[in-house]
Amino acid sequence: MTLMNEPVKRAEVKPKYCRFKKNGIKYIDYKDPDFLLKFINEQGKILPRRLTGNSLKFQKKVAQAVKRARHIALLPYVGDGLK
Amino acid sequence: MLLVKAFCIPLPPQKLKINMNNYETVFILNPVLSDEQAKDTVEKFVKVLKKANATVVNTEQWGLKKMAYAIQKKSTGFFNLIEFTADSTVVATLETEYRRDESIMRFLTTVLDKHAVIYNERRRKGEFNKGPKKQIRKAEERA
Repeated sequence: MTLMNEPVKRAEVKPKYCRFKKNGIKYIDYKDPDFLLKFINEQGKILPRRLTGNSLKFQKKVAQAVKRARHIALLPYVGDGLK
Repeated sequence: MLLVKAFCIPLPPQKLKINMNNYETVFILNPVLSDEQAKDTVEKFVKVLKKANATVVNTEQWGLKKMAYAIQKKSTGFFNLIEFTADSTVVATLETEYRRDESIMRFLTTVLDKHAVIYNERRRKGEFNKGPKKQIRKAEERA
C-alpha cells in the first residue's frame, strides 16, 4: 500500500513536441498522401493531438490537408488496413 | 466645423479593387478518355484561365492514377494540376466551366498562402523528389 502513489516509470515519459515547429515546416501539402498517412489511423480517421503531439496551429492545418486529400480521392474517407 | 471640412475634401478616385491571388487547382478526368482527349481538356481549361486574364504558372499531369475510392463507379482517373495567379472572380468562372464539362469527375481549387507559394516553387524544382513526379516518370517509361 505504501507504493500506491509512487510514480511508475517516470523516466520513460518523453515530453511531446510538434514536429512541424521543430523541423520548421510551414506548409502541409494535401497532394502528398504518403506524408499525411502519418496523421491518420488504419481506418483513415485523423489522429488526435494527444497522440501526434502537434501544436494547435499545425493540427488544424493537418486536418485541412487530410480533408482536401480525401476530396480529391488521394486518401479514403473510410478505409481498412491503411497501414 | 472640423467635421464639415473633412466632408468637403474630395475623395481620391477609388481604384477598382483587384484581389490578385495565387491559386492551385486539381481536377480528375474520366479514365474513359484517350490520352489526347485528356490533354485537350487540360488545354481547354488553360485557355479558359488565360481568357480570364489569369497567368498560368505551372501545369502538371500526373497521368492515370488509382483513386482511393470509386467516383462515378470508376477506380482510376487522370489527375491534373494547374497553378495560376488571378483575380478572385476567376475562380467562379473556372468552376462553372468544370461543372459544365462532363469529363470532370472531381475538382478542388485552393488559395495558396505565402508558405504554399514557396513550397510549390521548391516542389517544381524537384526538391522533394517523390510523389506525383515519380509517377510521371513511371508513366513515361511505360509509354
